[in-house]
Amino acid sequence: MTQAPIRERAVTPDGIGESVGRPDGVPKVKGEFEYSSDLHVDGMLWGATLRSPHPHASIHSIDTSETGTMTGVFAVLTHEDVPGRKVYGMEIPDQPVLAWEKVRYQGEAVALVAADHPETARRALEKIRVDYEVLDPVTDAEAAMAEDAPRLHLSGNVLRRVDVGHGDPGATAEVVVEGEYEVGMQDQAFLGPESGLAIPHGEGGVDLYISTQWLHVDQDQVAESLGLPPEMVRLTLSGVGGAFGGREDLSMQIHACMLALHTSRPVKMVYGREESFYGHVHRHPAKMRYEHGATRDGQLVYVRANLLFDGGAYASSSNAVCLNAATFACGPYDVPNAQIESHMLYTNNPPCGAMRGFGAVQVCFAHEAQMDKLAEKLGMDSVEIRMKNAIEPGMKFPFGQEVPYPAPVREILERVRAMPLPQERESMGRDLRELPGGVSNTTHGEGVRRGVGYAVGFKNIGFSAGFDDYSTARVSLSVEDGKPVARVLTAAAEVGQGLVMVQAQIARTELGVENVVVETADTRIGSAGSTSASRQTYVTGAAVKEACEKVRERVFDLAREEFGESDGLAIEDGNVVSDGLVVAPLAEVLGDAEISETVEFHHRATHPLDENGQGDAHLQFAFAAHRAVVEVDTELGLARVVEVATAQDVGKIINPLALEGQIEGGIAQGLGLALMEEIQIDDGRIQNASFTDYLIPTILDMPPVKIEILELADPEAPYGLKGVGEPPTIASTPAIVAALRDATDRDLARIPVRPEHIVGLEVKP
Amino acid sequence: MKLRLLVNGEPREADIWEGESLLYVLRERMGLFGSKNACEQGECGSCSVYLGGTLVCACLVLAGQAGGSEVVTVEGLSEQGRMHPVQEAFLEAGAVQCGFCTPGLIMATHDLLARNPGPTEAEVREALAGNLCRCTGYEKILAAVQTAAERTGT
Ligand code: FES
Ligand code: FES
Repeated sequence: MTQAPIRERAVTPDGIGESVGRPDGVPKVKGEFEYSSDLHVDGMLWGATLRSPHPHASIHSIDTSETGTMTGVFAVLTHEDVPGRKVYGMEIPDQPVLAWEKVRYQGEAVALVAADHPETARRALEKIRVDYEVLDPVTDAEAAMAEDAPRLHLSGNVLRRVDVGHGDPGATAEVVVEGEYEVGMQDQAFLGPESGLAIPHGEGGVDLYISTQWLHVDQDQVAESLGLPPEMVRLTLSGVGGAFGGREDLSMQIHACMLALHTSRPVKMVYGREESFYGHVHRHPAKMRYEHGATRDGQLVYVRANLLFDGGAYASSSNAVCLNAATFACGPYDVPNAQIESHMLYTNNPPCGAMRGFGAVQVCFAHEAQMDKLAEKLGMDSVEIRMKNAIEPGMKFPFGQEVPYPAPVREILERVRAMPLPQERESMGRDLRELPGGVSNTTHGEGVRRGVGYAVGFKNIGFSAGFDDYSTARVSLSVEDGKPVARVLTAAAEVGQGLVMVQAQIARTELGVENVVVETADTRIGSAGSTSASRQTYVTGAAVKEACEKVRERVFDLAREEFGESDGLAIEDGNVVSDGLVVAPLAEVLGDAEISETVEFHHRATHPLDENGQGDAHLQFAFAAHRAVVEVDTELGLARVVEVATAQDVGKIINPLALEGQIEGGIAQGLGLALMEEIQIDDGRIQNASFTDYLIPTILDMPPVKIEILELADPEAPYGLKGVGEPPTIASTPAIVAALRDATDRDLARIPVRPEHIVGLEVKP
Repeated sequence: MKLRLLVNGEPREADIWEGESLLYVLRERMGLFGSKNACEQGECGSCSVYLGGTLVCACLVLAGQAGGSEVVTVEGLSEQGRMHPVQEAFLEAGAVQCGFCTPGLIMATHDLLARNPGPTEAEVREALAGNLCRCTGYEKILAAVQTAAERTGT
């Protein structure tokens, strides 16, 4: 038995807590990383989709006869060619794979073509004749609620309603503020378009290489509609160019597989940018009526809210968004009496579903505006009123769940307030690039006013309300080329956030090995659940951690077999050690053995809300506070965000650089919603399906971001960590709008704020 | 039609349909998938390449117009497998998340530093304003450009 003293407990390099680089980083900067739109095999065909030009119409007939005879066209498919279930959907299968009888939104898929060139496919689509009878569209949620509104689905137009009742419904208060707020439809606008490659695998099934957020939920839906058992439809994750919720639903998955099986050829489908706007769900537009009651010293007495969401034509994940909104409607505050109604309606607008923040974003904009209104009415400081009402562990949320530790609402507000404000600078004579509007500005700073605003928000991490949320991980350890190598396989989707390095970091920390290979995610292994709800580091992270722990135990069994009983075994720095002394190099202990363990990690059960909207619905809550400083050119109606400061509790920092990336990126999307991002819909039709007209923040729009991180460990979570992806997107928007209100004294009850809302103010002397 | 190009120093030839963009030809006819298509409208910069030494959006150039020209794509920046300092800086700074914007941003940064080896922050922002990134919020990209400037500058 070799024994050598070890000076101190070795920390495996590149384990958790370090800014480990991305394993996919080198290919990404070299342009060699393969995204789903880059897939290519010889002899492949190009698929294309015919979409409805009408938001609401009956289909009398579809004539494909002209198309079928075109050279280069290999297949033309309609609903009649769907081999299995003709509808799909994550929560409620209500969306036709290809429309029949009716179309319910502009852009709904009606027919498919496969051809040898994308241009041939496009021309073939033009030859398909669809006989539509145009119907009046239902274009807003309020109209959809009307008694005499056309019924868009057999189940009626109400997709979901959640009521939360807490305390005394008749509560009254000394001070009351009311408000009506509106949020426009935001788009995920991931850069990598929907795309994938379907290859018939010769045994009647199909292999699909795809960018998605959840391989297994895709697999189930694709198999169901192809009429195949799930194992005949094998999915492999391809390079994903961002997701943000927009890839949780299917886009071209079933279509590409149908075309591939029909032609017995590989078929690639790639959406263009315009098609992408029709090809995925968006963030729900909302109209929210609020009433807050408080005592004269600013203690909340009650909140009443009526939330109305436009779910669009199909269900997507609207059910869960409706529930989320109802549970977060009051904000992270102690509210003794609450009456919340959350309504989700079907309309003929584009379907809405998951987007970063998932129901918490809309209500946060409203409840934070209300808190500011209350503060103003009472002459209180806007941070003070939030701190006074901040929720604390041990209290109850209005939906009846006990607030778990940690819930540092007061602390993050204090932190963000304590951060130094950026220096105020004379606007006249400044470099034009540093004024609202930049060099295209036609004034020189005369009308520039500054404002500061605060907001705090929170959200659930992981799937809620009784969903059996789990992830599967297989970790194997063996010796390759004389060195111990750990391999991690999960079906978890890396969409850009950095889960691949997090998995490797966990394996290094738990197994004390340097070489970790994170294998390409696919459906050879069980589900990892969705890359959404900020849940993967928690849930898949826990599965990887537990699998590593089991592997480690088996290494210790081997060591004991070979080297005798020893206490305090650990793996450090590539050695198996006993009480700090080296027993043997890990490679020697392993020999030819391959140790492999597969773990399914299920997080603590959650529960659906009861009829009063009460229940332990959520797993974990994450909190972030934001402070925004803006400058408004009141003559031009242009705003520039000068700085965003944030404090967020993350439980445990797994990768500092990646964490900052999540926070900065999330804030950029929050800024976009505050100032520019909206899918404009007129009579059910999208007006701006392009990056020319749907604006997302550029590097000129993004201010510096200052970050303070709290690490208050959640005792239930692996390493104490909290999900980090969504909180930055939630309160950043209301903080920016609060700053705009501070600068302009305008109400600004609708986002995105447009130039006409902030222009034409009197210039202060 | 037949198209001849000098791509990353190598003469290349392809049979193309005259309606194809330079981006399509580079990707689908020549297998150079590093240049990305995220809008095909000149709005996102993901497809940025050098055409005769000038940075262009390859999606806006008809391939036929580029006939006989010299093209450099992101794949042409590394020499003998060694990454260009701009590429290294993007990696180290954490400027890459999904990475779809990365090739375009690296080309734009390469071009900026060639014209202006020591850009101010305002100049960097102005120069990269035509490149959209949806993941990073640009902070780390800015840091990467500054690092790259320090390393390549004189
Ligand atoms: S793809 Fe060329 S600019 Fe967007
Ligand atoms: S890293 Fe995803 S778009 Fe920039």
